[in-house]
Amino acid sequence: MSEKVLLSIDNVTMRFGGLAAVSEVNIHVDKGELVGLIGPNGAGKTTLFNLMTGVYTPTEGDVSFDGSRLNGRKPFEIVGSGMARTFQNIRLFKALTALENVKIAANIHRQASLFDVVLRTPHLLKLDGELDAFSRDLLQQMDLADVADVRSSDLSYGLQRRLEIARALATKPKLLLLDEPAAGMNPQEKAQLMGLIRQIRERFSLTILLIEHDMKLVMGICERIYVLE
Amino acid sequence: MRWLLGRIGVVVLTCAILLVANRLLIDNIKEYYISVLVLCGLYATLAVSLNLINGITGQFSIGHAGFYAVGAYVGGAWTMLMRPLVVKSLPILQTGTQLGDHLNLFIALVLGTVCAGLTGLLVGLPSLRLRGDYLAIVTLGFGEVIRIVILNMDVVGGPRGFTPITALVNDHGIPLVWVFGLLVVVVAFSRNLVKSAQGLKFLAVREDEIAADAMGVNTTRVKVTAFVIGSAFAGAAGVLYAHCQTGVNPDSFDMNTSITVTTMVVLGGTGSISGSLLAGIVLTALPELLRYDFIKDYRMVIFSTLLVVFMLTRPQGIFGHREIALPRFLRRLIRKKENAP
Repeated sequence: MSEKVLLSIDNVTMRFGGLAAVSEVNIHVDKGELVGLIGPNGAGKTTLFNLMTGVYTPTEGDVSFDGSRLNGRKPFEIVGSGMARTFQNIRLFKALTALENVKIAANIHRQASLFDVVLRTPHLLKLDGELDAFSRDLLQQMDLADVADVRSSDLSYGLQRRLEIARALATKPKLLLLDEPAAGMNPQEKAQLMGLIRQIRERFSLTILLIEHDMKLVMGICERIYVLE
Repeated sequence: MRWLLGRIGVVVLTCAILLVANRLLIDNIKEYYISVLVLCGLYATLAVSLNLINGITGQFSIGHAGFYAVGAYVGGAWTMLMRPLVVKSLPILQTGTQLGDHLNLFIALVLGTVCAGLTGLLVGLPSLRLRGDYLAIVTLGFGEVIRIVILNMDVVGGPRGFTPITALVNDHGIPLVWVFGLLVVVVAFSRNLVKSAQGLKFLAVREDEIAADAMGVNTTRVKVTAFVIGSAFAGAAGVLYAHCQTGVNPDSFDMNTSITVTTMVVLGGTGSISGSLLAGIVLTALPELLRYDFIKDYRMVIFSTLLVVFMLTRPQGIFGHREIALPRFLRRLIRKKENAP
């Protein structure tokens, strides 16, 4: 049992002042699962995501991921350990191109000192080359290769959503958290998204936890569903 | 190995160009214009270094004169106060000779840069938790604190100013080489930073801090790094300023100077290195060029009107986020020619 569990949330409570946004929640996600998280507005779904990714530290309870406790660790450290997320309201680096967006996230697994950067040493040029190839390849896999050099704010809404997922994938996560990926999409785009989620899960052997309001989408792809109220 | 030779080649070539240009200018134009050029170089350095903090990393700092002051006073203190103590045991540091002067200036530069960088770290660590206007106010405050501290330090002259400071470079007629050498270093540093994938982290912090954090960027570290580097370069400019002007006064480092440098960054287009460079030079030279004849009575009026017009017509700055790059410019020229007939 414990071998299989990738993420577990035990009795987590989060209070802002006197208000308990999330109280005594228990969730576990096994390796390779696709789990849905639903609930009415204000139920604390996004707060729960923020607790997992280190934006908040839970008032009570534990969040553990891949066998280690996450409480109090910084968001950028948690991403490094293999949990990446997207945002409910798209948060791309707007003035930068699609490729640059992905590169920033892909940067996480490489080391170049300031010395290398400033003098453009062969070591840096090699790393930059690898990173460029990796990022372009990822964009290719996500059908974004055509727009690699387009400013991300100039992309269509659907493409921005997809780019955000691509950016999260660039950190090579084990667990992908999707915060309302279908928000603002029409039925056709939603169907496409469902296909995409299934596809990346296969290709990158991911575990996925997603928040969604659209029941059709949730019922369509999720294997288990948690309800938060 | 080839890489190293290439880098050395670039450095030698740059030095050669600077030396030749310096010789030509010194021989052919008036001393007044040389001093304007020196100021242009220094302000361009300040603007490009502040652009690292304000433009590229997106942290609104308006206390840059403080770090400029730290560099100027530390550099001055080395030359006038510390060097005389060391010179007995190290006769090579005797001023007046070509080698001694340049060596001294180099040591002053290193000390000034390091001290300004450390001050930047001291200021940056606590204050970079703040954002936007709050950060602006804190940096403004720190800039003033540094000035007031200097104003009350009797050992460096207090309100009377720190004079004289030995003119290490002017005597050999090559202040331009040092000043523009520094400018080249700052520009090359910024450009290499932004060009590498590593440097994209700085832009990510500017674009969206929360998203940057969620994508594995250590935002605090990035911000502090930018702040320290920016301050260090401002310090280096300060050292050169002190030694070119042969003396400094706390008044040279007041809020006005900070605001002027910030104006240059905004006018050049926040984030654009070439923009800051150009704005730094133009905004320093313009008030001087307007000193002619009858215009001179209205020069500040014209200057400020020009600023207003600039900002109204191009609120994103001269270059916006973009850069001018020689290869692209040439390519565009060629393409135009091909299309033309």
